[in-house]
Amino acid sequence: MEIKKAAMAGTLESSDAQVTVEPGENGIDLSIESSVIHQFGRQIRATVLETLNRLQVTDAKVTVVDKGALDCTLKARVECAVYRSNGITENLPWGGVIK
Amino acid sequence: MINAVGREIPEEILKITGKEGYQGAKAKDNFEFTRGAARIRAMVDPTRSKVVDSIHDVLVKCGMRDGMTISFHHHFREGDYVVNMVMEEIHRMGFKDISICATSLGKAHDPIVPMIEDGTVTSIRSSGVRGKIGQAISTGKLKNLAVMCSHGGRVRAIESGEVHIDIAFIGAPSADEYGNLKANGGKSNCGVLSYAMADAQYADKVVAVTDTLVPFPNVPASISMTNVDYVVVVDEIGNPAKIATGAAKPTTDMRKLRMADYCTQFVINTPYFKDGFSYQTGVGGASIASTISLAEEMEKRGIRMGFGVGGLTTPMCSLLERDLVGVLVDTQDFDLGAVESIQKHPDRHIEISASEYANPFNKGAYVNKLDFVILAALEVDVNFNCNVVVGSDGVITGAQGGHPDTAAGAKCTIVIAPLLQGRIPAVCTSVTTVTTPGETVDVLITDYGIAINPRRQDLIDCMKGTKLPICTIEELRDMAYSIVGEPDPVQFGDRVVGIIEGRDGTVMDVVREIKPYEFRD
Repeated sequence: MEIKKAAMAGTLESSDAQVTVEPGENGIDLSIESSVIHQFGRQIRATVLETLNRLQVTDAKVTVVDKGALDCTLKARVECAVYRSNGITENLPWGGVIK
Repeated sequence: MINAVGREIPEEILKITGKEGYQGAKAKDNFEFTRGAARIRAMVDPTRSKVVDSIHDVLVKCGMRDGMTISFHHHFREGDYVVNMVMEEIHRMGFKDISICATSLGKAHDPIVPMIEDGTVTSIRSSGVRGKIGQAISTGKLKNLAVMCSHGGRVRAIESGEVHIDIAFIGAPSADEYGNLKANGGKSNCGVLSYAMADAQYADKVVAVTDTLVPFPNVPASISMTNVDYVVVVDEIGNPAKIATGAAKPTTDMRKLRMADYCTQFVINTPYFKDGFSYQTGVGGASIASTISLAEEMEKRGIRMGFGVGGLTTPMCSLLERDLVGVLVDTQDFDLGAVESIQKHPDRHIEISASEYANPFNKGAYVNKLDFVILAALEVDVNFNCNVVVGSDGVITGAQGGHPDTAAGAKCTIVIAPLLQGRIPAVCTSVTTVTTPGETVDVLITDYGIAINPRRQDLIDCMKGTKLPICTIEELRDMAYSIVGEPDPVQFGDRVVGIIEGRDGTVMDVVREIKPYEFRD
């Protein structure tokens, strides 16, 4: 999917993450800030990249401000932000590309 | 060398500190030594006054100079004004290379950080540090090693002469002009002065700082005039309302209530739960809730507690009100209910010294007589080692307090911790830093299950036939990791910034400098 406009999903509450996607060029420019970066930075990055890859997002600036979210929450926030950037908020492909 | 909890202690650290690595909880039993001593200046002339007008003047009179060790107590907890008041004057007068030997330091003492940065303060010995001082130590700003010691271990270090205090500053809620000090009877009361008692006996100069001067004699005194050189009267020594900062209120959190219920069920199914048993608990929500539910069981079964030890909170003091405990022995009051209780029940709520409480190197302390202690922990590993000082992010953020002392002394040491705090698992393969050795921890209670230390087959047998969810500690860890993923170890720098001192003076673990996180591909 193409990132058509800047979009955001999630909150800064404990155990959530706020994900912002913006149009970008030349691949994924990912920045991660996390309250659990030391223990889970590697896993957070892997989860976000895997989700973007599944959604076939190849060029984007992605900012994650994580407050200790579980992987399932991170995935959901990334998916939501990407679809919002495409103006899609209904008839989402549940069970398809959104797992 | 690798010490008895499997931690690598660099030889250089052993050399700098002159210490040995930790060798086991009872390795120093029967250790013999000669106590250290204070240098005393005699008070023969009855016309001489001890009252001094300002902190500045008292520093001059005490012969304050560079490189000295000064001490403080923390009974006002987050409401303490004395540390900052004294340190600001020391800073203003330009002294350098000062060692602070505090019983604990908290967020109230954030103003010390610039003094660490400019070399006014170069050494810190404390039960622990919270707030910005912890951050400063963990980022390598303190010149020398920080020493994190238990309450018992601090007294051991002072009494054995390992630490010599040049000047002790004792915040005293009430004092007479000759230095009889009480923890109550003033504008701001803190209940007890237990942690300052060793300082009063072993420091060369002892300065009382008070905001309430009362007629002589201020008796019964917690600290006697025989140990006090000077009395300084200031406007305010602390804010008692902030004593309870950080301590938990009775909880409505279902996870904590479940753990409290597990704890009570565990306690009553051990052979130690019988008339006259002894008990200590902390200030965590679950510990407080378990004290409340234990009281109900005691009433139901007609079992009375012989003595309770604290660190006391209102729920422990209410056991006294309900005549469910014979006597409370007290080293610190965590809330104003406890401060009131000691004034109301002077015959059965008794102030004890930190040495009587927990010192492993005297001739016997209260912790050795405990049946149960209920503790919390930031992390517990599969060897039951506990970490209560360093956060999972590697930053110093807590205090040993009496954790290792009570764990070593009690017949049944129970640690309560929720399996997960956000994404951080409380049960892990290896704790970030060991503060309390696993050989002294018997039971871990989480909201997902209870693990009993395999060393305690007797307790494992006791719980057969109960409905408690007993499992192995590895199962608890695996459950945690299955939910949050397996955490990576913190990426520390090489430099050692502090040591976790075992209660017997050995090195339990080292704390390294933190560095910014780097993604490794």
